[in-house]
Amino acid sequence: MTNANTHPQPYWNPYAVGFLLGLVLLASYLVAGRGLGATGAFSSVAAWIASSISPEHAAANPVHARYLASGTPLTAWLIFLLGGAFAGAGLSGWLAGRFRIGIEKGPHLSGGQRLATAVSGGMIAGIGAKIAMGCTSGQALTGGAILNAGSLVFMGAVFAAGFAVAWIFKKEWL
Amino acid sequence: MFPLSSTAEISAVMDHLLAVGLGFGFGFALERAGFGSARKLTAVFYFYDMAVVKVMFTAIVTAMAGLFVLSSLGALDLAELYVEPTNWSAAILGGLVFGTGFVIGGYCPGTCVAACATGRLDGFAFLGGMLAGVYLFAEAFPGVDRWVRESAVGEVTLPGITGLSMGWFVLLSIAILAAAAWGMGVAERHFARLRPPA
Repeated sequence: MTNANTHPQPYWNPYAVGFLLGLVLLASYLVAGRGLGATGAFSSVAAWIASSISPEHAAANPVHARYLASGTPLTAWLIFLLGGAFAGAGLSGWLAGRFRIGIEKGPHLSGGQRLATAVSGGMIAGIGAKIAMGCTSGQALTGGAILNAGSLVFMGAVFAAGFAVAWIFKKEWL
Repeated sequence: MFPLSSTAEISAVMDHLLAVGLGFGFGFALERAGFGSARKLTAVFYFYDMAVVKVMFTAIVTAMAGLFVLSSLGALDLAELYVEPTNWSAAILGGLVFGTGFVIGGYCPGTCVAACATGRLDGFAFLGGMLAGVYLFAEAFPGVDRWVRESAVGEVTLPGITGLSMGWFVLLSIAILAAAAWGMGVAERHFARLRPPA
């Protein structure tokens, strides 16, 4: 099942994958009238959790309320998109012998430390994506393709912070 | 003719099937690029593997060229496509915070799904953190959310600001991509020594 004993295949040429990803993004615009996204799915799940704990509290919260407006948040379009992404990535990884239960980390981190940085980084990225109204999918890729000025500024800020912070967190990855 | 969402009746079930299909292609491409691995993703910040920029830039140029060609042929109405309203300060602030989280966490919201799908536990940890961050934002910063939305200035695109046709930006982007491809090759060779042992 895991193909663990087979040697993992090399990744595809990044320009070829970029072309493929561009076609998927174009197809999304052509059929759905909008591009790809990921953060909205997390917002819908968060709104669902909040409304499961207290429907009144969730309805009174302006952020959760937006994701509760069109019925049950678990049927949100982006949740289905990410479900499909899980299946597509899983198939790709399995076919290439890359499915492996493990932790991706730099050589100087323990597994536990890495899980802690992943949780904290995820929280920070989540807050950043909410402020920016999108992430690398919904802003950078989707907005970039249609030359959305705000998306291009967002992309610049992401890489500016990334290159700066990467040298502070050098020990984590190198 | 396009987008179909404006010209055809799409049932709710069909709409969700399309989402699954598009997502499948999205996830397949991310994993093929190696973006289910946090080390591959963060390598871009140390210049020894620029795959993140190569893939993103090529995808953007491909989709942009497709949108331009189809709209020039009259097959696509660009005005019907959703464009996120621009908020300059929120884009900068959110981008800086997001970029910090990307480096520390090793993933972004889409790529962590590819990591989870290929068995990476740190992908699940990032996914949980991301959900917690989004939840925390809703509970703790509704005022920031209001500011972000109320101070947005509407749809702002480069062709709109400059008055230049989208076609010029397609050509410019292809030229920049070609130059960047060369530059990234040089950078990768120069910084190859930073690549950590597997």
